[in-house]
Amino acid sequence: MNSLIPLLIAAPLAGAALLLLGGRRLDRSGHWIGVLAAAVSFAFGLVLFFQMLGRPVSQRAVDVKLFSWISVGGFQANAAFQLDQLSIVFVLLITGVGSLIHVYSVGYMAHDERRRRFFGYLNLFLAAMLLLVLADNYLLLYVGWEGVGLASYLLIGFWQHKVSAATAAKKAFIVNRVGDVGLSIAIMLMFTQFGSFTFSQVFAAAPQESRGGLTAIGLLLLLAACGKSAQVPLQSWLGDAMEGPTPVSALIHAATMVTAGVYLITRSNAIFDLAPDARLAVVCVGAVTLLYGAIVGCAKDDIKKALAGSTMSQIGYMVLAAGLGPIGYVFAIMHLVTHGFFKAGLFLGAGSVMHGMNDEVNMRYYGGLRKHLPITFATFGLGYLAIIGFPGLSGYFSKDRIIEAAFAEGGTEGWILGLTALVGAAVTAFYMTRIMLMTFFGERRWQPDGKGELPHPHEAPRVMTLPMIVLAVGSVLAGGLFTINDAFVNWLTPVTGHSEGNSPLSSGTVTLITIVCMVAGIGVSYLVYGRSAVPVNPPVGSALTRAARRDLLQDDINHALLVRPGSALTAALVYFDVKGLDGVVNGVSATIGGLSSRVRRVQNGYVRSYALSMFGGTLVLVATTLLMRSV
Amino acid sequence: MSFLLTATCAVPAVGAVVTAALPAGTTEARRRTSRATALGFSVAALVLAAVIAARFSPDGPRYQLTESYSWIRAFGISFSFGVDGIGAVLVLLTAVLVPLVMLASWHDAAPDSGDSVAGTPAPDGSFENNRRTQGFFALILAVEAMVLVSFLATDLFLFYVFFEAMLIPLYFLIGGFGDRAGGPEQARQRSYAAVKFLLYNLLGGLVMLAAVIGFYVIARDQNQGTFDLQALTRAIADGKLVIDSSAEKALFLGFFFAFAVKAPLWPLHTWLPNAMGESTAGTAVLITAVVDKVGTFAMLRYCLGLFPNASKFFAPGILVLAVIGILYGALLAVGQKDIKRLIAYASISHFGFIIMGIFAMTSQGQSGATLYMVNHGISTALLMLLAGFLISRRGSRLIADFGGVQKVAPVLAGTFLIGGLATLSLPGLAPFVSEFLVLVGTFTRYPALGIIATLGIVLAALYVLVLYQRTMTGPVKASVSGMPDLKARELLVAAPLIALTIALGVYPKPLTDLVNPAVADTLVQVHRTDPAPVHPVAATPGGVTK
Amino acid sequence: MNPVNYLYLAALLFTIGAAGVLIRRNAIVLFMCVELMLNASNLALVTFSRLHGNLDGQIMAFFTMVVAAAEVVVGLAIIVSIFRTRHSASVDDSNLMKL
Repeated sequence: MNSLIPLLIAAPLAGAALLLLGGRRLDRSGHWIGVLAAAVSFAFGLVLFFQMLGRPVSQRAVDVKLFSWISVGGFQANAAFQLDQLSIVFVLLITGVGSLIHVYSVGYMAHDERRRRFFGYLNLFLAAMLLLVLADNYLLLYVGWEGVGLASYLLIGFWQHKVSAATAAKKAFIVNRVGDVGLSIAIMLMFTQFGSFTFSQVFAAAPQESRGGLTAIGLLLLLAACGKSAQVPLQSWLGDAMEGPTPVSALIHAATMVTAGVYLITRSNAIFDLAPDARLAVVCVGAVTLLYGAIVGCAKDDIKKALAGSTMSQIGYMVLAAGLGPIGYVFAIMHLVTHGFFKAGLFLGAGSVMHGMNDEVNMRYYGGLRKHLPITFATFGLGYLAIIGFPGLSGYFSKDRIIEAAFAEGGTEGWILGLTALVGAAVTAFYMTRIMLMTFFGERRWQPDGKGELPHPHEAPRVMTLPMIVLAVGSVLAGGLFTINDAFVNWLTPVTGHSEGNSPLSSGTVTLITIVCMVAGIGVSYLVYGRSAVPVNPPVGSALTRAARRDLLQDDINHALLVRPGSALTAALVYFDVKGLDGVVNGVSATIGGLSSRVRRVQNGYVRSYALSMFGGTLVLVATTLLMRSV
Repeated sequence: MSFLLTATCAVPAVGAVVTAALPAGTTEARRRTSRATALGFSVAALVLAAVIAARFSPDGPRYQLTESYSWIRAFGISFSFGVDGIGAVLVLLTAVLVPLVMLASWHDAAPDSGDSVAGTPAPDGSFENNRRTQGFFALILAVEAMVLVSFLATDLFLFYVFFEAMLIPLYFLIGGFGDRAGGPEQARQRSYAAVKFLLYNLLGGLVMLAAVIGFYVIARDQNQGTFDLQALTRAIADGKLVIDSSAEKALFLGFFFAFAVKAPLWPLHTWLPNAMGESTAGTAVLITAVVDKVGTFAMLRYCLGLFPNASKFFAPGILVLAVIGILYGALLAVGQKDIKRLIAYASISHFGFIIMGIFAMTSQGQSGATLYMVNHGISTALLMLLAGFLISRRGSRLIADFGGVQKVAPVLAGTFLIGGLATLSLPGLAPFVSEFLVLVGTFTRYPALGIIATLGIVLAALYVLVLYQRTMTGPVKASVSGMPDLKARELLVAAPLIALTIALGVYPKPLTDLVNPAVADTLVQVHRTDPAPVHPVAATPGGVTK
Repeated sequence: MNPVNYLYLAALLFTIGAAGVLIRRNAIVLFMCVELMLNASNLALVTFSRLHGNLDGQIMAFFTMVVAAAEVVVGLAIIVSIFRTRHSASVDDSNLMKL
């Protein structure tokens, strides 16, 4: 039955091939093929999950080797898969949420003439993402890694006729490539050190490696994770990626692809466990990003970009947790799964709002929508409560445990991380309440569209609301279900290991403080956005607000540090190539040409002068011969 | 003794003569006959190349299907042919690409496109115009024949003769046939490009000739007066032929200079952007995907095989040049305004990778470099031919003249994107396998160079995606609004290349199986072994398998 | 008579011919001077033949005569055609053989 594992990937891949090569004939039915492919993959995932449940803990991980992919000397890369407790969690998340979002897209993209292609790309994404989490070695993981990058590129730029979408897609791909450099070099380093880059072999050999080598590998993997998961300093692409259709933002840029970095770090736990310096870098990146994203999320008026800031921040939590080592891996993944539910739900809700509001994204033009979009309001509201960590909902369980784990790191480090996480929790509550209030409560601030008509908000069709409802249910229940008997922790422990650490604060204290922080965040937000009317035109704001609206100047910094020197260098090199190198080449030929035209003057065309030179030459020759002979 | 290798080289040669001798004329029927004839011969060569690959057994001796006919006995020169794994894959590449290039250039040599070097269109019924189609296709076949001889020759002199002789048909292809959008200025540019190409490569070739003669003289003094490659390498390995160190270095440089010009290695690359920019897309593919490969192929076979010690001595320096070339070519590609020149600079970057792989002297590096030659041939052919289709529709090579093509010609845009993704070595496509092998192979011996070269993958993404974005996306420009999508013939060109790119990316084993033994033999010649892992892991299930 | 004297004569004739070629401008005269040089060398060849007592020199002389005859045919034809087009037999008038 292990042959199901390749089929898991093959189903969406076949769907993608069919939809992208099938041509116009599939325009009318293509989206259902896409949904079917995703659903089949989900069904396979469920079957594999229950099989795995049925096996004893020690035999839960299975390997399948398809064929030898690249084989040169000692370099052996196989097309081989590994399905263990960690992979199956991802498989279910990807195919499950993926299927829901496929269904949602049927409604959302109903009027797009290129809907067939959209579903083809979505299927392609599923296949690549599954490959990423199922690969049994880093090189195959890399294929999936760039595969999801390609799918993300295609989907962000799906509306290619918009210059902004095409630019955002290119930016996402190139920033991700910077991260990929890290992954490439990490693989090379593993090969140089261990002669292999298969998970099992690298992890087995890791203890022999020097601490410096492991730290280097860890930092390179972190670079890769930063690119894919939009962590500081490679965070700049995620906000722009919201140019893509909203289902894409929900699936790729919230629930699954951007969490691949967390997967990579958790998967490589054997390396990070032995490289505390690399782990320190990971927690720093996580902590910085969680605040960075939260601050950006507070200032954005574009509902999708505010949610994107939130995604960045929540992934910061996960990276932070993963950087804590065995204390945090499990909670990183748990938060990843619950986040997958509630953030996908929030994005789909945002899509539903946009659907009803003529694709308006500016929250300042929303207001009072709860009566018009009751289902969206309810599902979005549940997602909201989940993300701010309202007691009993899923975010409460997962985020709370991360904050506890941060304190459990111990020492000054633990205090700093724990307090950062608490501040993050408060800010999360603030910006999410802000989104909630600006969108669903308060006065109507609707603006006429291009044709001068006011929007007529209406609830989305059932094909769209159904996935939202399912995800909302997941957002409510998942966390609770996972914590019954520590089910989730026990499930993952064989792969990631787990230790409790020793927190200076008791679990109850941390929970209490977290709830206080959350309430404070809600309260402040209510004071600002609930009690008084939201201005339609954004106020000037403080310097920090203005910077946060510009994503804390990330693009300005990148421009100043990279783009402008880069284009100057390119221009200089183009000049150098034409004038310098080619100048030398042309100079040599011009010199020879010039000399020749001087010498050419000797050839004056008069027969007698030619004859004279011949005569002179002969004389010289004869004279030389005679002289030589006499010597 | 079989005649397979001779036949493979002879078929396109005969084809060239036959095509050139077909009745002249500008009527469509006449031109169709000549195109079909040429295509037929190139397909026949493809069949023979496939037979070579099928009959080659990777476990056998390095050179197989050998043939030898005496030529100039006094100097030990003979028509010797033999194929090794590296030669076999390159012969296949050549044989696959030439028919596709012909198909893609179907209308590129039409009489009305005739703007002569002098800048004035040749008059109707003139010799030049009448023979244009025949000439174009005959020249392509001539190039193919000479390239095949270069890949299959196992005689140094024979190799040299054809290495040089292929410049002649190429000179005429570059100088005589260009973009339809003519004009005296462009004709002048083209004539400049052709002369530059010829002189640059001729210079390299003459330096090599001197080295060839010098090498022969040294060998003859030690009673090894032959040009037979196998005999020479054997004599070097057995210590019967000992070249003193400084002479070996000088001879190595003589050979290497010629190959580095042809490859082209930075800073000897400046002829390539001109030649590729001014010629037709088909000719550009022929230059970069096929002919330039002779240069890198010869580095691997002749420089390393005949001068192992000098190769090792110069390897670090050459690697530095190669890494500079990788980044330099990529940066210049980013700065180009002309689609074809952009692809040319991208190729310079890729040739840096190939040369780096060869001189890293590890099995991954060299196998990767050989695969890179094949994969670069396929991916560049795809990108360049599609760029040619795009350019012929708009009559301009400037990136700025395009925009929004994706909306009006989605298939063209989609295939172009695949070509671009192959060029930036997306994992899952063929070039990734080779690029990664080259990088790994370099990294194991020269970590710093490996890391710097890896930065090239970011730049590759940059130039490919910027090109795609500016030409294909955004609002539809008025000038491209009526642009037709790919025609059946053009799709027939792109489809096999795309299929190969994907197939060889997922399952490169058929190629690696052919190449690995030859590379292992080359490493033995230069007395190099792969660096061993620092902490090797014990073989476990799912791990090292042969 | 000492055969060496014939060599002096041949040298003298050759010098006259060479000087004529260099100095004169009339194509016909030039031509005659060339013939003079050829015949001077013929004389020398025959003399050498006599001196060495074998026939090699005489054979060479016959070759020279044949070549000279052929050359005269071609050369005169060229001169005539130049004269027809330019109405002059001066060699300085036709100096177009240059870049």
